[in-house]
Order: sequence, then C-alpha cells, then structure tokens
Amino acid sequence: MDAVFELFIAPFLAFGFMQKALLGALMLSVSATPVGVFLMLRRMSLTGDAMAHAILPGAAAGFLLFGLELVPMTIGGLVVGVVVALGAGVVSRLTVQKEDASMAAFYLIALSVGVVMVSMRGSSIDLMHVLFGTVLALNSEALTLIGGVAALTLATLVVFWRALVAECLDPVFLRSVSKLGSPAHFIFLGLVVLNLVAGFQALGTLLSVGLMVLPAAAARFWAHRVETMCIVAAGLGMASSVAGLLLSYHLSLPSGPAIILSAGVAYAVSVLVGRRGVIFTLRPRTSHRTA
Amino acid sequence: MSAAAVTFSDLTLGYNGHPAVHHLSGAVRKGSLTAVVGANGSGKSTLMKGIVGMLAPMTGRCTVASGMRTAYLPQQSEIDRSFPARVVDLVSLGLWPRRGLLGRHRGEDRHAIARALMAVGLEGFEGRPIDSLSGGQMQRALFARVLVQDAELILLDEPFNAVDAKTVTDLVALIKHWQSDQGRTVLVVVHDLDLVRDHFPEALLLARRAVAWGDARDVLGAGNLFKARQFTEAWDDTAPWCEPGHEHAGAHAEHGGHV
Repeated sequence: MDAVFELFIAPFLAFGFMQKALLGALMLSVSATPVGVFLMLRRMSLTGDAMAHAILPGAAAGFLLFGLELVPMTIGGLVVGVVVALGAGVVSRLTVQKEDASMAAFYLIALSVGVVMVSMRGSSIDLMHVLFGTVLALNSEALTLIGGVAALTLATLVVFWRALVAECLDPVFLRSVSKLGSPAHFIFLGLVVLNLVAGFQALGTLLSVGLMVLPAAAARFWAHRVETMCIVAAGLGMASSVAGLLLSYHLSLPSGPAIILSAGVAYAVSVLVGRRGVIFTLRPRTSHRTA
Repeated sequence: MSAAAVTFSDLTLGYNGHPAVHHLSGAVRKGSLTAVVGANGSGKSTLMKGIVGMLAPMTGRCTVASGMRTAYLPQQSEIDRSFPARVVDLVSLGLWPRRGLLGRHRGEDRHAIARALMAVGLEGFEGRPIDSLSGGQMQRALFARVLVQDAELILLDEPFNAVDAKTVTDLVALIKHWQSDQGRTVLVVVHDLDLVRDHFPEALLLARRAVAWGDARDVLGAGNLFKARQFTEAWDDTAPWCEPGHEHAGAHAEHGGHV
C-alpha cells in the first residue's frame, strides 16, 4: 500500500509544480480531446499538426519582443494561428485548391518564418523550449489561460454541437437548411488554434497537438457514437497526463514528451485490443447469426 | 389554375461563367409531382441547388412561394457513411428547420421520427449505426429524414440510384402519397424514363435549357428525346458571351399551361 502511495500519490502531494502540471494537463485533456475527435471525424488530424507548426512564428514573435513571457507569446500564437486557419479556409472555399494543400502551404511559410525568427535572437535552448514546452514550469498565469480556454471550448462545443455533427455527417444537407455550415467550420478551426495555443506552454508547439489527436484516434476503436468517443478520449487524455507526469518524475524524462508518449501507448493498445481494433477485426468467426 | 410553388424567370445558373441551366422560365404548380429528366450535366442537380438557394442565379430569378418550407435530399454520395452516427441521429437532422441549433428535441419529435421510420419500413432500426446499412436502407433512412422535415416543397436528387426494385416501388409509393394525399409539391430528378412514364404526371426535360415541360408522356415523346440528345455536355471556353435580349431557340419551352 505504501509503495502504491509512494509511486502514484506522493509525487503530486509533495511538490507544487507537480500539482500545477497535473491540473494543467487534466484541463487540457478535457478541452483538447473532443476537439481532436471532430478533427479526426473530419479527416483533419494532420491539419491539427499543421496548425501546431503554424502558431510557432506568432509565439516566436512574442518571444523575440518580450522574452519568455506567457501573454505576448500566447497572443502571437493566436493571431498567426487564426490567420493561417482563415487563409487556408478561404483559399479552399473560394478557389479550386483543397484545404490540405492550402493548409500545407500556409503552415510551411509560417513555420519557416518562425524558425528564422527564433534563430535571430535566441539560443537553441530557447528554441527547444518553444518547440517542446515545459509542463513542470506552469505558473498560475498559464493555468488561468488553460482553464479559460477549456471553459470556452466546452461551452462552444455544447452550443454548436448539432452544427458540428451535421457539418461532418452531411454538409450539403446542413447548407440546405441553415447558413451555419461555414461559420461552424471556422469556429471549429478557432477552437483548434485556441487549444493548441493553450497547450504549447505545457507541451510545446510541436507536441500540443499530440494530446488533441492521439486520445481521439484511440477512442475511435472503443466507441460507436460521437458523444461516447469524446468522453473516452477525454478519459484517455487524463490517464495519459497522470501516467506521463509520473514517468517523468520517477525516470527523469522530459514531461511533455512523456505525456504524449503515454497517449501513444494508449493508442497502440487501442489499435490492438479495442472493440473495433485489429485483433477483434481479424479474429476468425466460427459461428454466425441467422440474420 | 392553381398557384405556383416555384417560379423561374429567365433563370440562368452555372459555374465559372458557364451556364448549367440556361434561361429557364416557367412555374412548378403547387401540389404537382414533376420528374426532372435529362442527360448527365444537363443541369438537373444545379436546378435543385438553385431552388434551395445554395447556388445564386447568374441571371434571372428563382422564387419559392412565400411560407413554403423546403426539404432537399442531395445525392447520396455527399454523405459521410463512416461517421459514427445511428439511424436516429441521421433522421433527426430533419428536425433542424423546426428546432434549429439549440431547440430541445421534444417527445413529439421522437414520435415523428418513429412514425417516419415506420413509414419507410425501417421500424426498429433507430439504434443501427449508419455504416451497417445497405444502400437501399440508407435511402429509406434519408426519406425518413425528408418526412421528419415535414415540408410543403420536396426536392429529391436522384433518389433511386443504386436502389433495388422493391425499394424503388416503396419509395415511389411514398412520393405519390406525399403528392396526392398530402398535397405536397414534389420535384424528383430521375434517370429511368419508364419509371417516369408509369408514375409521374409531369416532367421537365432539361438539356441545360428546357427542351419540354408538361404532361410526362408528351414530354418524353421521341421528338423531344431526340432534341435533348443533341445536347453536348462540354463547356466551350471560346463560346461568345450571352447578351441580354439574345434569342434562345426553344428556351421558353411549352409547359402545358402551368403558368
């Protein structure tokens, strides 16, 4: 019993930075994973990745001007993320080009600008910090930001749920009964940007998308409905956060990657043994129903 | 002579400066059942999108009588069948015009969905995931969604594609019931001309312009079908610009005194 306490509970009781890291990661899990579920259902998981790269120059601009400060880096990331999302969305909706290509073009431009900006001033350690984050250094300012983003995300999802589902399932039908199709799409992209920006303090710009996409992708193997998929994804995200922080504490691993790696393990296990996973799909059937 | 449900006045719809429906004039009578026929690319689906308002006219007007609610069933290929939804989720989308984004679904809505599923022969399918439905069952579910929309004007775009004979018979019976017993106005894009001759009182034969419009058997006469076959689908990037007042041979087709 003592060993269990020492392994799983004590680290969080003993250190304030662990408590803050846990709180931040759990709030991110609840907020980002349902967004990830919709990203996946719209076959936009890689768009999340592109967006994560795209917010780098914004964060870098904030970093160049004000140093390693939360508010300017967050605002910078938000602005550039929204510009890239809107730009790619507008190009795909108004021209012949599909969103995958326009998004790739916009994020590549943004990423190269970002790396150039960081290298102009900072050392490579600073670049590492922006790219990979420091969940163990979350201060109350960052926690407030993550909490605010989580509350806004959940409220927006509740309000626009029907439109988001309809826009995924039958976008043409939605356009025939409502003008909400395009606004719902852009509001959704806004949520993606918000959650990536909230996540990059903790997990870095490159890995913040991991907590969004991996639990959602894993949940696909367990759930049949969008609602349950979101709940399973949030649960997996929270479990990965706890596991990652403990791994990081006990084995001295970098905390952000440890969280995402835990989510990766959850994904791999789900692929194999999930209700709709590989083993279940491939198992030989010796009996069948009459109808 | 009854009032018009939809009125086209010199309506041109199209894409990138090329017309897909060219200078169409006429009216769809309230309470009528009309088959829209024509080759691929002749403007049938475009006309449907124009009526729903998803495509703005390049010239002219398309007016739906005020107060008429419209239900539109797009071609099936536009639906994401892998989306994790149940039949009841798909059918309840039809509640959107009444409940919108935030309105709570009520007991009467659940009854409407159950009645609609019963009417299309999908009783007990509420909880089935849509990726497990056959093509015919999917089409029945979509008809149930149209039923739930409870609209006065119903537009169906190729609802019988890849659907078996029994399902076609059932769905045609449902369409005729909507029109003759419930007085709804129904426009259906159909490719099977025998089906049109057997079941549809009126037809509109499109070849970008209206070749003929009126009594289905007259419209589908050999002369009109021959005229429609002269239609070429290809856009011509060197075609001259269509000027106002230009004479469009046959553009104002006969349409059996609808107006």
